[in-house]
Amino acid sequence: MIERLKTLDRRWIFLLVFLSVSLPILFEAQFPETPTALARSTFDAIESLPSGSKILLSYDYDPASEGELGPMATAFAYHCAAKGHKLYFMALWPVGSQMIDDTIANVIRADFPQMEYGRDYVNLGFKSGNEGVIKVVVTDFRQLYTTDAFGTDIDDIPMCQGVTSVQDMDLVINVSAGYPGTKEWVQYAVTAYPDQIKLVGGCTGVQAPLLYPYIPDQLPGLLGAIKGAAEYEKLVVDHYHLEDNPKYHEGLRRMGPQLVAHLLMILLIIAGNVVYFAEKRGGGQ
Amino acid sequence: MKRTIPLLITGLAGIVLVLSYFFPFSEGWGEEAAIWFDVLASVAFVLGGGNLLKIHLQKVSDRRAGWGYSVITLLAFAITLVVGLSKWGVHPSEQFPAYAWSGSYREIGSPFWWLYEYAFKPLTATMFAMLAFYVASAAFRAFRAKNTEAILLLGTAFIILLGRTAAGPALTSWLPDSLAGLKIENLTVTIMKVANTAGNRAIMIGIALGIASTSLKVLLGVDRSHLGGGEG
Repeated sequence: MIERLKTLDRRWIFLLVFLSVSLPILFEAQFPETPTALARSTFDAIESLPSGSKILLSYDYDPASEGELGPMATAFAYHCAAKGHKLYFMALWPVGSQMIDDTIANVIRADFPQMEYGRDYVNLGFKSGNEGVIKVVVTDFRQLYTTDAFGTDIDDIPMCQGVTSVQDMDLVINVSAGYPGTKEWVQYAVTAYPDQIKLVGGCTGVQAPLLYPYIPDQLPGLLGAIKGAAEYEKLVVDHYHLEDNPKYHEGLRRMGPQLVAHLLMILLIIAGNVVYFAEKRGGGQ
Repeated sequence: MKRTIPLLITGLAGIVLVLSYFFPFSEGWGEEAAIWFDVLASVAFVLGGGNLLKIHLQKVSDRRAGWGYSVITLLAFAITLVVGLSKWGVHPSEQFPAYAWSGSYREIGSPFWWLYEYAFKPLTATMFAMLAFYVASAAFRAFRAKNTEAILLLGTAFIILLGRTAAGPALTSWLPDSLAGLKIENLTVTIMKVANTAGNRAIMIGIALGIASTSLKVLLGVDRSHLGGGEG
């Protein structure tokens, strides 16, 4: 057995990973989620605002991290729309615009057809400049955003009238896959204007530990990867009675493969160490 | 001149940005510098494209190893650029029907949308998803309990891996309330909030001090590495 493990072809490991991910998807395995304090505070940050509040949603991710961030982006948009907030979408990543398009098509147009473009939601699109964009829009929106993503003059968009900077927003929601993302929003927006700008976010698993130092003062709510998304989804689903809408169970559904894959990872680490100690005992390395 | 002017621009922009943070009267100057930065960042896309062309055309012309991949890169770059800039297959927008190019380059069903939806999206998602396979293989071959530090790391990894799924709460649900702190989901939160936050804050403060000293050297022209090699 040990000998076989020692010379195990890595393609067997690849096959196990494939099965651990695909089987829970095929059998639609779902497990219960209990929202943590961070997911609750993210939910409360949106829920506690009065209807009609201005929410800036910066979608700073791309298709590579859609698996982790797509469900929370969908849930954020649903929650804000269901609460009756005004949604201002923007992106610091070039393909963030397409992520916004997907959300608008799947959530707003599909489930909130009564919402009107320019009155209830607007797509401001992508701007290059990374944190430079944040630095400008926190004091003067119009210096960079003279039009929306489709070339319409920002002054002709009713919901943009009276909005001079990010400080006019009641909440900023950032979905982040890296640089620029939540860290830059904390450093250049919240830190500069702590009383005016409130930020909650969702990020990939590798980013979450780096953002914990900003909790709770600079970042009152954070959803870490698909687990955070599933917890937040659970709160949204329960509160808005979306039990029958599979679109808002994506995070919960993706936790199935994550559970099995994590268990496999633990088993692989244990198996690797069994081989290591057997080699050591046998006079190996 | 070749080095002096960039040094002056760097120093001036940096000092303006520092001043604007501390003195309200100079807030507008900082904003102006940030706008210039955003304009330059847009131009950098053109420079990046030019650089990509230069490197890959050279590789193809020299028939260096892997030149075939460079041909694919160049073709993909050219096709995407032409299709996107020309707004090929895009209908005029409802707002400006008289202008042929007034439609969105991301219009559903257009060739650019097709390239994004059926080439870019699955390719990038696949690249990222493949990490899981390599991480699993590395976990089996490299994650060894060789010493105390490695054992601590392994133990933490197990707790976090279990705590980030429904398995963690299920495994320790039998623990009484008096030992709730030992439940895996609570241990995960404690590790993230205490150990991780303390470690990360220390690293961040160290990095910030390093950035401050390096930035000062750049602003004062002592460190000129950002200007690249060669004598001016």
